[in-house]
Order: sequence, then structure tokens, then C-alpha cells
Amino acid sequence: MKISFYKIITFVIVFFLLIVFWLGLQKDNSYNTKSLVGTNLSSFNLPSINNEDTITENYLKNNKFTIINFFASWCAPCRIEHKYLLNLSNNGIKIVGVNFKDKKENALQFLNELGNPYEFVAQDVDGKASISFGIYGIPESIIVNDKLIVIKKVIGPINQQIYEEILENLK
Amino acid sequence: MNLKRLITIFFLFFVSVEAIENNNNLTEIYKNLRCLVCQGQSVADSNSDFASTLKLVVQDQVKEGKSADEIYEFLISKYGEWIVYNPPFNKKNFFLWVLPYLFLILGGLFIYVLIRKNRHNKAN
Repeated sequence: MKISFYKIITFVIVFFLLIVFWLGLQKDNSYNTKSLVGTNLSSFNLPSINNEDTITENYLKNNKFTIINFFASWCAPCRIEHKYLLNLSNNGIKIVGVNFKDKKENALQFLNELGNPYEFVAQDVDGKASISFGIYGIPESIIVNDKLIVIKKVIGPINQQIYEEILENLK
Repeated sequence: MNLKRLITIFFLFFVSVEAIENNNNLTEIYKNLRCLVCQGQSVADSNSDFASTLKLVVQDQVKEGKSADEIYEFLISKYGEWIVYNPPFNKKNFFLWVLPYLFLILGGLFIYVLIRKNRHNKAN
């Protein structure tokens, strides 16, 4: 039986397209910046919320692990994750807070109301510094070690499961 | 007096041309950046918080004298290749760049063979 050349070509093209579509459907297309895990943190210099001091990457070298948490008083999910941050802080984990596009009075009121889990509260008034951290929405948390290597990135609020994972890995 | 006016007009013209050029350059960069929190919009099209912040960062870097490629490289290091609409040519997206040309050549060959065969059949 002679098989037409065109039939083979058509079959190959259809088969190829089906494979491409199948692979495309299998792929997780949800965007995240977890690719930053394993990379080095860029150098930074942020003023404290009271403008009395500044923080640079050198500050993080003193801690075995540091969580850099981006928060704002206007961010509702930040309120949800706050209790976990307080618990992590109570367990001896160092947390640096970066107040994102917020008013100083509102941020201080937020911390007075819910408690302050942060060892240092920095401010990023116009949000420009957050771009160097690969932030695109808050809350986001970056966990770095003393060599300034990103070991975990949490996009969205910290929940019970993430809290337990962090506690287990960092303690 | 007339010379002064002429110099002022020339200066204003020069400044506005420079400003338009800078603005066009910025817009070109914004157009190639994806707004990560929007649905199918570039940073140029979006007024979202993230896009506005990214525009400020790009403006700063242009003022520092960085080229468009340097800015893309910086943003790719922070957000991955998804941030740019025109991804750079590398091992990961080799097929993305090469396949269209390959299909074009194969398609051309296919049509050529088809036409030749038809002519041959007609001649016979």
C-alpha cells in the first residue's frame, strides 16, 4: 500500500501541533518571581520610617536569616499575615519591614495597633526601591541568609502553612 | 533685538525637540515592558500602581545614562524574561526564534515541490 507524501506531512504537522498544545496546557502559566530564589540580593539603602537612620544590605549579614517583609497600612492582606510575623519574631527570627507607598502616621498607627514584629522599619515612599527586590504587589516577603542569598520568596500573605515551613527551616 | 529673539526661538525649538526625543525613547521602553499585574497591557498602556512605579524607575535609569538593553537586563534579573515583550535570544527560547523561519523555509519548499509536481503532471 502506497502512503501519500502529503498525508505523511499533514499527519506530522497535526501531531506536532497536538504535542505543542498538550505541553502548553501542562505548563503552569501563573507568573511569580520565585526564580529569584538562589540569587544574590542587590545592594540597597533605605531610610528608616522616622528618617533617623538608614539600612543597607550589610545589616542583614549580621543575622543567620532575615525576612524582608513589604507591608502597608492600606493593605488588607498585610493585617491577616501580621500575627504570623509577630509569632516568627517571638521565635527569634529577625524581620525587617519595608513600609511600601504609605504615610508615616498611618504606618506607625498600624504597628501600634497590631504590634511591631520588625527589628528595623524602613520606608519606600515612592515604591522605586521595591523594584530592586523584584516586588510587584504587597504583601511580599523575601528570606535571605547572611550571605545575602535569597532562600525563599513568599508572594501574598504568610499563612499557617507558610509560617510553619519558615519556622521549621529557619529555627 | 531680532537676533535675541531668533536665539530664543532656536533654543526653545532645540529644547522641545530634545524633550520629544527623550519622551519617544521612554515610550519605546515602556511599550516593551509587560505590566505584570494587568491583563495583557504593556507598562505604556497601564496606569496601575506597578506600571507607574516601573515608569519612575525607567526614567531614573535613562537619566543615569543607561541604555534600553541595560534597563531590560536589570528588570529581567528581577522579574524574569516575562517582563519584556521581546525576549532575548538564548538557549531557552531558541525554538521560539528559529521555528518561524524554519516553517517559512519548509513551507516554501513544500509549495515549490507542489508546483513542480503539478507542472510535471500537466506536461505529461
